[in-house]
Amino acid sequence: MFFRFLRNFTKSSTLLLAFLLVPVINADWFALNMTRGITDISNEVFELHMLIFWICVAIGALVFAVMFYSMWAHTKKKNPVPATFHENHKLEIAWTIIPFLILIAMAVPASKTLVKIYDDEAGDINIQVTGYQWKWQYKYLEDDVSFFSNLSTDLDEIYNLVPKGENYLQEVDEMVVIPAGKKVRFLITANDVIHSWWVPAFAIKQDAIPGFVNTAWTVVDTPGIYRGKCTELCGKNHGFMPIVVKVVEQEEYDLWVDNKRQEAIKLAELTTKDWSTEELVQRGQEVYEVNCVSCHMTDGQGISGIFPALAGSEIALYDKDRHIEILMEGVQGAAMNSFDYLSEVELAAVITYSRQAWGNAEKGDGEVVVPKDIVEYKEPKI
Amino acid sequence: MSAVIENHHDDHHHGPAKGLTRWLYTTNHKDIGTLYLWFSFAMFLVGGAMAMIIRAELFQPGMQIVEPEFYNQMITLHGLIMIFGGVMPAFVGLANWLIPMQIGAPDMALPRMNNLSFWILPFAFFILLSSLFMEGGAPNFGWTFYAPLSTEYAPPSTTFFIFSVHIMGASSIMGSINVVVTIMNMRAPGISLMKMPLFVWSWLITAYLLIAVMPVLAGAVTMMLMDIHFGTSFFNAAGGGDPVLFQHIFWFFGHPEVYIMILPAFGIVSHIIETFSRKQLFGHSSMVWAMLSIAILSFVVWAHHMFTVGLPLAAEIFFMWATMLIAVPTGVKVFNWVATMFRGSISFETPMLFAVAFVVLFTIGGLSGLMLAIVPADFQYHDTYFVVAHFHYVLVPGAIFSIMAAVYYWIPKWTGNMYDERLGRLHFWLSFIGVNVTFFPQHFIGLAGMPRRYPDYALQFADWNMVSSVGAFLFGFSQLLFLFIVLKTVMGGKKATGQVWEGAKGLEWSVASPAPYHTFSTPPKVD
Repeated sequence: MFFRFLRNFTKSSTLLLAFLLVPVINADWFALNMTRGITDISNEVFELHMLIFWICVAIGALVFAVMFYSMWAHTKKKNPVPATFHENHKLEIAWTIIPFLILIAMAVPASKTLVKIYDDEAGDINIQVTGYQWKWQYKYLEDDVSFFSNLSTDLDEIYNLVPKGENYLQEVDEMVVIPAGKKVRFLITANDVIHSWWVPAFAIKQDAIPGFVNTAWTVVDTPGIYRGKCTELCGKNHGFMPIVVKVVEQEEYDLWVDNKRQEAIKLAELTTKDWSTEELVQRGQEVYEVNCVSCHMTDGQGISGIFPALAGSEIALYDKDRHIEILMEGVQGAAMNSFDYLSEVELAAVITYSRQAWGNAEKGDGEVVVPKDIVEYKEPKI
Repeated sequence: MSAVIENHHDDHHHGPAKGLTRWLYTTNHKDIGTLYLWFSFAMFLVGGAMAMIIRAELFQPGMQIVEPEFYNQMITLHGLIMIFGGVMPAFVGLANWLIPMQIGAPDMALPRMNNLSFWILPFAFFILLSSLFMEGGAPNFGWTFYAPLSTEYAPPSTTFFIFSVHIMGASSIMGSINVVVTIMNMRAPGISLMKMPLFVWSWLITAYLLIAVMPVLAGAVTMMLMDIHFGTSFFNAAGGGDPVLFQHIFWFFGHPEVYIMILPAFGIVSHIIETFSRKQLFGHSSMVWAMLSIAILSFVVWAHHMFTVGLPLAAEIFFMWATMLIAVPTGVKVFNWVATMFRGSISFETPMLFAVAFVVLFTIGGLSGLMLAIVPADFQYHDTYFVVAHFHYVLVPGAIFSIMAAVYYWIPKWTGNMYDERLGRLHFWLSFIGVNVTFFPQHFIGLAGMPRRYPDYALQFADWNMVSSVGAFLFGFSQLLFLFIVLKTVMGGKKATGQVWEGAKGLEWSVASPAPYHTFSTPPKVD
């Protein structure tokens, strides 16, 4: 019986091996290591990594060589009578002191690089990076530009309904743009839970913590697109809030800033425009799909026990004022944060959408919220 | 029938009680050790099943089996169950079985508390696991439960999680007090502290670490409870609190906790290597000093888990140097094991195979830990799969291999039967291959830039994730073979002698196999 088991086992392990070999052969054998990155600091970090890696390999090889030799030469068969030696002070002092010296040899250059990284002088350009569940906000402190950056990968790709694109989960609707050759400083914080802003090509990883501002800086000489990720567990969509930085030449950067300003002006004009319900619902659906869908779900049903349903909710049906208030102030002690950073148009549209969609309009009062309502809400109350 | 009647007459020799009450009311260290070991194995399978779900989801890019929300619950429970339900109770079980026998004591010093510290554990895990069926789901913030994700933004079941952590903490503290009191007061005459077997030493140090840090953990979860229910703002920045404070408190517990899970392994492996090399351990006292220095250093390195939170430069440099310093005593231990094997007379029974694999793979995990200590490089490694690979190398082929080695090594003493050597070796090789296929590629995935705790990933990580998943399935299902081997040994097998292993030394080998229900009612003679 045991041998039949063994035969079956051999057969299945051949299958297993074949199964293993396919990905191993296909794998990109050059993408196994840390990226060298494209800044001076990231290169230094890479060199440190390689230094310590080879030191570890050498130590490991030495120790394992002695051990394997002993396992081969000092078996019971080859060496029936064991030696009796134990404790040797010279040897013991040596294997305490030598590792100590190796460690110092490693810690000194590491500390030097660290001192270089810890430079919190202001940059030529200062960008405030704020982590939200589950997107990043970028505010250019000098240029008065501000926007959100959301994952742009389609849900159908994530749920395997359509083939995945080349930059699957590493693409956003709006990239952070910075000029080449300038010192850019990032002021990193968060609005809700802790996130972490990581761009491997710059060797920057700083936690984004509510109530704290951490800094990191970089100078990038090579224009290009560099991709990073959130690296601190921040809830359900932690894996779906990538970072994409686009480095451009100064002229292109200036153009981009002008463009963003024009956009902001146009957006302000929209606030005073007369909106039809259909327009609001249409715009609202777009806003909903970017900001609300991850908790309240596409069908407005939420997730039982954590994220309340909007479909059929008392507030969405009958209480317009409270509806506005929740979006502006958030809900104390719950995962619902204030969304007052959205524009008046976006807020009005998304509130209108959730009062109209999923049969809410038929069941409730179906009241429409226009941008003016939000402006009024924001006016100081006496 | 006649045997039962005879037993009634034999009132002087108390055997175990009959039936279920034997296990409920027992104050016998061997029974309680057995309970702990079976409980930890059950939890190992539960936590392992969760690991299988995680690896199945990561088999390919895209979401296939579970939703991200449930995935987060799986990684959280997997971590908590493996640490508090798998590794720690297994070591306590071994401590119960072995410490009294190794120091020539009749039992643990506080037998009723011993019973209590075991029997509250199943309730703790029942509460923790029941959170899976609560509205809003189980805790989903990772086993490190960083605030404010675990306070303001946590599911309602977090309160139950806090309660279960309190129970686990109480159990650990009681267990540790028992170990310390037993070792300090009940050693047979002649066993001075420096003559104590290394497993006993490793547990003495571990027990002190537990007593020092479990209250800190209890404090952390109590502050969470206050933040959630009583309007305090310990960790809420908006109320004047400090989310980073949570991490300082957590890791002040968490780093010694890491050594709590590896020190007893050091003791076990030292015994096994000594026995199967048929040679005295190279340096008994240097091993003791190394463990003591590791334990003391473990209190001053906690912030190396937090290099990216924005610590001041001086703190980063201090914690980097202090962390690297731990490599020195750890090196001493590894060199000692190698020197013990050197010119020994080595045979490779299953416990030795696991012990040798422990030395090699634990060293790999230690070396990647050294890499992680280098702060600038850690900015790239932190919270990636490189870290996942690192701590699984020290915990799976480290802590868990040592527990398996211990089971194979002492099970003849526990049951009186030899395990099936051929199956034992098969189990070793399947586990060894499985562990390396699972975790070695995770070094690559991490360096290439895949963050941990991601339910889905970019396409360049696909191949090695698939390899890792196949390894995990192999490792996971091989553990059913372990269960089979243990059951088979409990039910029968070749009878073991008292000595069991040719090279074994120590008091536990001086009694019959299986060890009588009561051993050393009068202290043995030790020279």
